[in-house]
Amino acid sequence: MLLTITTTHRPATDLGFLLHKHPDRMQSFEQSHGTAHVFYPEAAEDRCTAALLLEVDPERLLRRARAAATPDFALGQYVNDRPYAASSLLSVALGDVFRTALRGRCDSRPELAEHPIPLRLELPAVPCRGGAEYAHRLFEPLGWEVAAEPVPLDPTVPDWGDSAYLRLALTGTLRLAEALSHLYVLLPVLDGTKHYWVAADEVDKLVRSGEGWLAAHPERAAITRRYLARRGHLFRAAMARLAEVDDAPAERFDAETDADADGGADAAITEEPPEPALSLAEQRAGAVLAVLRAEGAASVVDLGCGQGRLLARLLAEPAFTRITGVDVSAYAVEQARRRLLPDRMPERRAAQVAERLALHVGSLVYRDDRFAGHDAAVLMEVIEHIDPPRLPAAEYVVFGAARPRVAVVTTPNAEYNVRYEGLAPGAARHPDHRFEWTRAEFTDWAGGVAERYGYRVRLLPVGAVDPELGAPTQLAVFTLGAAPAAAPAHTDPAAAPAPGKETGA
Amino acid sequence: MAETPRELRIPELALVVLVGVSGSGKSTFAARNFRPTQVVSSDFCRAAVSDDENDQSATADAFDLLNFIVGKRLARGLPTVVDATNVQRAARAPLVRLAREHHVLPVAIVLDVPEGVAQRRNRARTDRALGEHVVPRQRRELRRDLRRLEKEGFRRIHVLTDPAEIDTATVVPERLWNDRRELTGPFDLVGDVHGCRAELEALLDELGYQPRRDELGRAVGARHPEGRTAVFVGDLVDRGPDTPGVLRLVMGMVADGDALCVSGNHEAKLVRALRGRKVSTGHGLAETLEQLAAEPDEFRARVLDFCDGLISHYVLDGGRLVVAHAGLKEAYHGRSSGKVRSFALYGDTTGETDEYGLPVRYPWAEEYRGRAAVVYGHTPVPSAEWVNNTICLDTGAVFGGRLTALRYPERRLVDVVAERVWYEPSRPFPAAGERPAAREPGVLDAADVLGRDAVHTAYGRIAVDPGARGGALAALEVMSRFAADPRWLVYLPPTMAPCPTTDRPGLLEHPAGAFAYYLDQGVGEVVCEEKHMGSRAVAVVCRDAAAAARRFAPGARGAVYTRTGRPFFTDAALAASVLDELAETVARAGIFNELDTDWVLLDGELLPWSAKADGLIREQYASVAAAAGSALPAAADAIDRAAARGLPEPEGARLAELAGRAARRSTSVVAFAEVYRRYRWRTDGRDGLAFAPFQLLAGEGAAYTGRDHGWQLALAERLAAASVHVAAAEGREALVRATRHRTVDLTDPSAVAAATAWWEELTAAGGEGMVVKPLGGGTVRGGRDLVQPGLKVRGPEYLRIIYGPDYLEAGRLDRLRDRRLGRKRGLALREHKLGLEAVARLAGGEPLWRVHEAVFAVLAAETEPVDPRL
Repeated sequence: MLLTITTTHRPATDLGFLLHKHPDRMQSFEQSHGTAHVFYPEAAEDRCTAALLLEVDPERLLRRARAAATPDFALGQYVNDRPYAASSLLSVALGDVFRTALRGRCDSRPELAEHPIPLRLELPAVPCRGGAEYAHRLFEPLGWEVAAEPVPLDPTVPDWGDSAYLRLALTGTLRLAEALSHLYVLLPVLDGTKHYWVAADEVDKLVRSGEGWLAAHPERAAITRRYLARRGHLFRAAMARLAEVDDAPAERFDAETDADADGGADAAITEEPPEPALSLAEQRAGAVLAVLRAEGAASVVDLGCGQGRLLARLLAEPAFTRITGVDVSAYAVEQARRRLLPDRMPERRAAQVAERLALHVGSLVYRDDRFAGHDAAVLMEVIEHIDPPRLPAAEYVVFGAARPRVAVVTTPNAEYNVRYEGLAPGAARHPDHRFEWTRAEFTDWAGGVAERYGYRVRLLPVGAVDPELGAPTQLAVFTLGAAPAAAPAHTDPAAAPAPGKETGA
Repeated sequence: MAETPRELRIPELALVVLVGVSGSGKSTFAARNFRPTQVVSSDFCRAAVSDDENDQSATADAFDLLNFIVGKRLARGLPTVVDATNVQRAARAPLVRLAREHHVLPVAIVLDVPEGVAQRRNRARTDRALGEHVVPRQRRELRRDLRRLEKEGFRRIHVLTDPAEIDTATVVPERLWNDRRELTGPFDLVGDVHGCRAELEALLDELGYQPRRDELGRAVGARHPEGRTAVFVGDLVDRGPDTPGVLRLVMGMVADGDALCVSGNHEAKLVRALRGRKVSTGHGLAETLEQLAAEPDEFRARVLDFCDGLISHYVLDGGRLVVAHAGLKEAYHGRSSGKVRSFALYGDTTGETDEYGLPVRYPWAEEYRGRAAVVYGHTPVPSAEWVNNTICLDTGAVFGGRLTALRYPERRLVDVVAERVWYEPSRPFPAAGERPAAREPGVLDAADVLGRDAVHTAYGRIAVDPGARGGALAALEVMSRFAADPRWLVYLPPTMAPCPTTDRPGLLEHPAGAFAYYLDQGVGEVVCEEKHMGSRAVAVVCRDAAAAARRFAPGARGAVYTRTGRPFFTDAALAASVLDELAETVARAGIFNELDTDWVLLDGELLPWSAKADGLIREQYASVAAAAGSALPAAADAIDRAAARGLPEPEGARLAELAGRAARRSTSVVAFAEVYRRYRWRTDGRDGLAFAPFQLLAGEGAAYTGRDHGWQLALAERLAAASVHVAAAEGREALVRATRHRTVDLTDPSAVAAATAWWEELTAAGGEGMVVKPLGGGTVRGGRDLVQPGLKVRGPEYLRIIYGPDYLEAGRLDRLRDRRLGRKRGLALREHKLGLEAVARLAGGEPLWRVHEAVFAVLAAETEPVDPRL
């Protein structure tokens, strides 16, 4: 991977002083993943270009990747773009080879280091998932004129369109140290993955490197978030292996429905004050809790508990004496355990929690004794993650086998999706949703389940009710006991489809 | 004293509690009458938790341990003896509770020796100093409760007082009443008769029994000339027109040894009624009492005797067959307790009632995982069907259905249609065919797949999740979130190991390695199959939708899924059209008829690779080429310009070196892109797709995993030929593609050379390479174990997309040769054995959970961290 730095400042060869690298020499520096070379394709009075070429050794990359079990899947895949694309590897090499220049120190030309000079930075292959437009958004506020040209994915397959790489050229008049710090911070941000674990000192590093420009950058929140790439993929190693066996691209398996249109976990690291209104996720949990209280449930099993958001709220109420959390993702269950029963929790407190709380890895399509014996079962935003052909199995597991006195099921109301800006028409709220139901569809399903398994059912809206489209979330409460011959009761007139409309749907 | 030694009769499966003061001789008695492992002693447990068997401070912990061991033994059905003083009621209570919990009989053997004898023995012991006050206290406690032992729940109590008697007494194991394992049949098991005498006589006649009649012409017995035994599942009485007639016949058969009968709930209630208890006479009891009123007292007395003497379940045929009126879960087989009896008579009721006021029963059969077949009745079903090795024979004869018998061990059903509706059911009883029969639901139990350490296959025990790395949990998640319906997911293909690494220049793999492997294993004939670079695909193809619904799941004509069980096609319409075409192809090739099956299980490769892996090709392979294609020329240009500056040495030479490396990298990337492009082409729905089957694994009742590859490939060729016709009718290219292959006699050098040349030709033309398999098929043995079912030999260009564009660079290739194939080979063989097992279970008609167990284990094994490049 290559970076060229060109200046037309006169004398241009002063670039050698600024970079602390002599224009008439080729210098090499051993890096942990290969060798970095610095040489000058041109060095004249009016124009001077320094090149930083990082030759990545794929085997060294692989060995280190394994040793550190890094979060970057591409490294583990033997065939990857790291030897060619300008990613965090180049950023690290830059920080190492041009360390002094990056700090803005130049003993022989101190006034020059303090002074903006005309610069052109060129990178032939920058991975950028956000596309050319994102590169503009990142660099233009910093005073660069940006030329970002997408590289075609395969010239022999024009249908495929562009790859995720840009040929990037930045032109501007800036201090060299500043220019280098922009690349140092923003290359990993453009790429979106880092080749090493993000440690606590990364925050300091970011603050130091972004000094003087990051705080004022309009994209600072996104930059911070992506620079401090999220942890946690180690747990997914086994899952990733199965994806690989199946020739599927390594997926990001997020157990939580974070990407719900109402704002997911990403929103957690913003600098803006939190929204005053309750998020839909909180409203949902609130509605579920209200139902559980009203039904007098003392023991609750949360099927699809994810990382334990609802469990935490259940634990906070002493009325819930036995709480069971179940998720199909071992990773999510482990996260829930860490969250609700952290190692540092005092022994007495931990014992109290442990007495009320049980966590299991389990599946809704496998009958499970551990689900039985609870007053209530909660399936909050879960059924839409089940393939429709497998739904009858899940229905049997919950209503036929576990048979709680009360079951609370929530799912998105597909009709409401048009209210979400940025959600393409017909798109689902989460990439893993196998379906999203209209109110009529959910009513149908709930009524069928209630009839087959001898439950009564009532439906409730969750979230602000739109007069035409209903509420963003639909909630069904099933209570054990043969239903009266009539159709399921609607407690919410707005959610009830007009007669005839239902049959016409 | 020359008395005969006393015999203590003790049920075979019992919890024996020895009761006696210190020094009463319990340990000696236990050692003489029981096996050492059957005896759990408090001294041993005290020592186990404290290193000192006299440490009284450890008593509480010691008894925790003792109770734990006793519980585990009883759960596993092992007779157990507790050697502790047990003189206090509080010490005995938990033991009685444990016995009840595990449905075994608690028995007390009390050694009540004179105080002097015990004191003398204790004084003689050097290892224990016991205060003189201890024995009298213990004796007082013992004496106080002696008469209350029965009330405490002990079902058998033996008290021995004479030391001489204790020394000579012997324990005689007594078989439980329900234990008739010595009877091996053959049996004819008959469902609920409910007073339908005419139907019963007709059924017995159909089964070949010859009736014995009394002077009034009434059947009072029936015998099968071949010595078969009839077994009645209970509910002989009530509702029907002639309960006395049915009883007369069955009582005679039982008395003559021609039949066995277990009690039904209706017999239990009749007993209470005949004893004059107040019972409600609904559900047909009134009719019975009325009919019996017309019989002589003597007959009524015999009926009472007979019904009262019926036991609630039998274990037959060496433990392979269990009969109980309402079924019986595995933990209760051969056990006895009130709970066991209640389950056997009434089933596992939930305490709820349905809209007709009848009790809701827990579907125990769906959870049944036992190896014994359980035959029962009690709940009328439209037709008798096996569910997890259990079958309900109550087909509602009295409601106008049929009276059904099961021939065992033949497992054939015989039935007669009821003459009429004898009794109106309180819940509508469906006539056969009116409603789809209750089928085994496609729901498995978490316990079927989690917490199992191994699958027992025909080729040995295969650990499911060795090292407990979470493979089973990852498999659970993938199964739950991505996999096809488990009823279709009857097989997952094993991974395949590459051939041993060659040291020929410029190569990692070469056919010679595979040939040498098989020759070393004693396999002289192999088949080389062209390796299609597509995606592995398993196809279950049914003749029609009805066959699919009957054998697998309704709603589709089959399924095509990937190596990890995901549906191959996300588009349901495309999946359906591919399956239709496959089914027509199999039919046209005459294979359904030839194999006498209406479904087949095919393992093959679906082409092109891009049909499934398009995302991967773009994101991984094409992206790498794109990044390299942009970066490398720019780097070369920068280096060239620097070199053109004519810098003094050594800079010039070093730049030249750098330029050389950059140029070689560019060439490699171009070659790399050529490789992935070859395995992608544009498809439009079905158009452009091809399926290359290489094995037909199973059809109804038969596994073909042991057939040789000659047979398999010939079948594939017939499918390909048929496919041309089927596709032509639609104006398409054939869907099924044959696999080019060569059989090779490994002892013939010219044949080996020809096969090698063929591989070179294939790979030179851009092919992935070939797979070498033992010609004899997937069950060929080498030394003691199966040989690898196949070894892949991949071409050097193809391997660029595996090992990286420039893996052939000098130095790198040599380092790559150290590939450590052992793990991959072990994994391939384990998965292969699991696959064979899954197919065998499927073909053998075993319950879904048994098939799924093996399939799940393959998925769990796939999470093993093995170098994915192999």
